[in-house]
Amino acid sequence: MEVTFKHVTLTYPNGSEVLHDMDFEIPSGQLIALLGPSGGGKSTTLNLISGLLQPTSGDVLFGRENVTKQDALQRGVGMVFQNYALYPHMTVLENIMFPMKMAKMPKAKRRQKAIDLAKLVRVESQISKKPAALSGGQQQRVAIARALAKEPNLLLLDEPLSNLDARLRVEMRQEIRRIQQETGVTTIFVTHDQSEAMHIADQIMVLNDGVIQQFAPAQTLYTDPTNQFVASFIGEPALNLIPAQTLADALPAVFGQAAKSVQTLGIRPEAFALQPTDDPFLQARVEVVQEQHFGREQQVQLRLNDQLLEVTDLGPVLALNRPLMTYIKLPYLYGFDERGKRIYPHFNEVPAYDE
Amino acid sequence: MKKTIKQVVVYGLLSLGAITMLLPFFWMISTAFKTGFESLQTPVTWWPKHLVWENWVNAWYAAPFLRYLINSVIVAAVTTVGQIFTAILAAFAFSKLNFAGKNLLFTILLATMMVPVEMLIIPNFVTLSQFHLINTYGALILPWLGSFFAVFTLRQSFNTIPDQLYYAARIDGASDWQFLWSVLVPNAKSSITAIGLLQVIGSWNSFMWPLIVTNSETMRTLPVGLQAFSTDSGINYPELMAASTFVILPMALLYICFNKYVVAGISNNGLKG
Repeated sequence: MEVTFKHVTLTYPNGSEVLHDMDFEIPSGQLIALLGPSGGGKSTTLNLISGLLQPTSGDVLFGRENVTKQDALQRGVGMVFQNYALYPHMTVLENIMFPMKMAKMPKAKRRQKAIDLAKLVRVESQISKKPAALSGGQQQRVAIARALAKEPNLLLLDEPLSNLDARLRVEMRQEIRRIQQETGVTTIFVTHDQSEAMHIADQIMVLNDGVIQQFAPAQTLYTDPTNQFVASFIGEPALNLIPAQTLADALPAVFGQAAKSVQTLGIRPEAFALQPTDDPFLQARVEVVQEQHFGREQQVQLRLNDQLLEVTDLGPVLALNRPLMTYIKLPYLYGFDERGKRIYPHFNEVPAYDE
Repeated sequence: MKKTIKQVVVYGLLSLGAITMLLPFFWMISTAFKTGFESLQTPVTWWPKHLVWENWVNAWYAAPFLRYLINSVIVAAVTTVGQIFTAILAAFAFSKLNFAGKNLLFTILLATMMVPVEMLIIPNFVTLSQFHLINTYGALILPWLGSFFAVFTLRQSFNTIPDQLYYAARIDGASDWQFLWSVLVPNAKSSITAIGLLQVIGSWNSFMWPLIVTNSETMRTLPVGLQAFSTDSGINYPELMAASTFVILPMALLYICFNKYVVAGISNNGLKG
C-alpha cells in the first residue's frame, strides 16, 4: 500500500517544529529506510504513519484513503518497537495470537496462523516460552511475527536492530529483507545506521532537522547526493570536507561558472589515485602523513595545503612526509555552496562511474 | 571474632523486636486459658495454673459471632474487590492516559492523603445518614470503595510497565479497556494482591467506623462484637481474649500465606511481576 504525506507539519505545543512540510510518496511493496541522526525526525515520521501521533497540519494518505484523523487502532498497521514491547506475561504463541484475538478471529484459526507465522520467522521451537526466556534476536523475530499477524498492509519497524549485537544485527537485517520479500508487505523501518539502510532498503529517506534531505535508492544517495548533509552522512569512511580555497587555483578549470559560488569541497576517500585514471581528474600535490592497514583495507592520511584528508585505496606509498603527485578523480569530488546545496556536478547531470 | 560479635548484636536486637511483637499475642492466648481471678492477679502468671477450656466455649456463645463473622467477611470482600476495581481504573488513567488537568487532579487527590481518617468520620456519617444508610451494609462498605492510597500504589506499579506496551497494544487493535485487563492488570498482579491484602486486613480490623454506623446485633462486625465482653459489671478478660484469638486467626493465616505481598505492599517498592 502506498503511503503519501502531503505538506505534513508537526509542531509541539511549545511552538518548536519537529517536522517541516513533509511531502513524499512511498511506493507499494517496497522496503524503505528512514535514516538520519538522532533527533532528525525519523521516529516521529514513523509515529505519524502509525497514527500514534497526529500531524499539526497536512494529510496522511494510505493508498487513496485519507487517514489523517484515524488513530493507531483504526489505521491497522503492524509495528515492531525498538524494545520489541512483547507482552511479558504471555507466551510467544499468545503474543503472536494477541492481534488476532483482538480482531475476534476464531481460536483454532488464530492458533494455526500464529504457528505459521512462528515458522516464517523461525521461532517455532520456542512458542511455549515467555519472552524473558528468549534471546534478543528471538524476541525480535516474535515481535515481527506479531506485527504481521493481522496481515497489515504496512509494516513499521522502529530501530529494529539497535538492541542486538553486531553479528546478530547483520543476520536479522537479512531476515527482515527475506520476510519482507516473502510477504510482499510495504515495510518502513527507522535506523541511524547507514550500512543497515544501504544493505536492505529499496529506497532510503534521509532526514535531518525534521526535513527530508533526499529520498532515493542507496546507490543514488552515494553517487548523487543533493546536498552536503547527505554527502557527508552517507559513506564510510566519511566524505572529506575542505574549504574551496584549498584548491582555489585548480577549480575554475573544473567548475567553470560555478567556481565562484563553491564554498566547500567534498572529496570521497576513494577519490585519490597515484596514476592518471580513465576518469577526468585534477592534479594535486600532497604529503602522506600516516598510513595504516586494517586487513585488506588501506587508510592513508594526506596533507593537502594544510588540510588533512582521510583516504582509502590509494596504492603503495613509498615514503611519508614527502611531496607526492596525486590525481583526484572528478566523479568523487563535489562542490557545495554556502548553504550546503550541491552545485558541482550540477545536479541533473549524473556523473559517470567506473565501479 | 569481630564478625561474631556483630552477629550476636544484630540477632539480639532482632530477637528483642520479635519478642516485643509476639508478647501481646502470647499474653492473649495465655489469658484465654486463665480463670477470671488469675487474669487480674499480680504478680502476673505467665503460664496459667489450670487450663480453663470453657472460656473458649463461653466466648463463642456470648455473642452471635457467626453473624459477625459473616458480616466481616462480606464487608472485607466487597470493599476489597470494589477498591481494587476503582483503583485499577484510576491508576490506569493517571499512568497511561493524557487528559487536561491530570497533574492538578493527581495533586489534589494526593493532598487528600494528608487528611486523617478521623476527620472524615463525621462528614461521612452525616452524608450516609442523609441517604438513610446508617446500620446497613451500605454504610459499612460505601466509604471504602475508593482509596487514593491504592490508586497511588497501583499507579507506581503501572508506571514501571513501559508505555511502549500500551502503544503496541493500540497497534495490535486493543482498546484501552482491553489493554487494561489483558496486559496491564496481569503484569501488575503482585501489586494488586498486595493492595488487596492490606485492604482485607484493614477492613477486618476496623473498629471505629463499624461501631459508629451500626447499632443492631445483625450488622456488627467481629471487632465491634468483642464489646460483648465489656459490661457494666466489668470486663471478662479470659473470654475476651479467647474471642480475640478467633477474630485474629483468619488474618494471621492470611498473613502467613501471603506475607511476601504484604511486606512488598507496605514498602511500596515498585514490584515487578
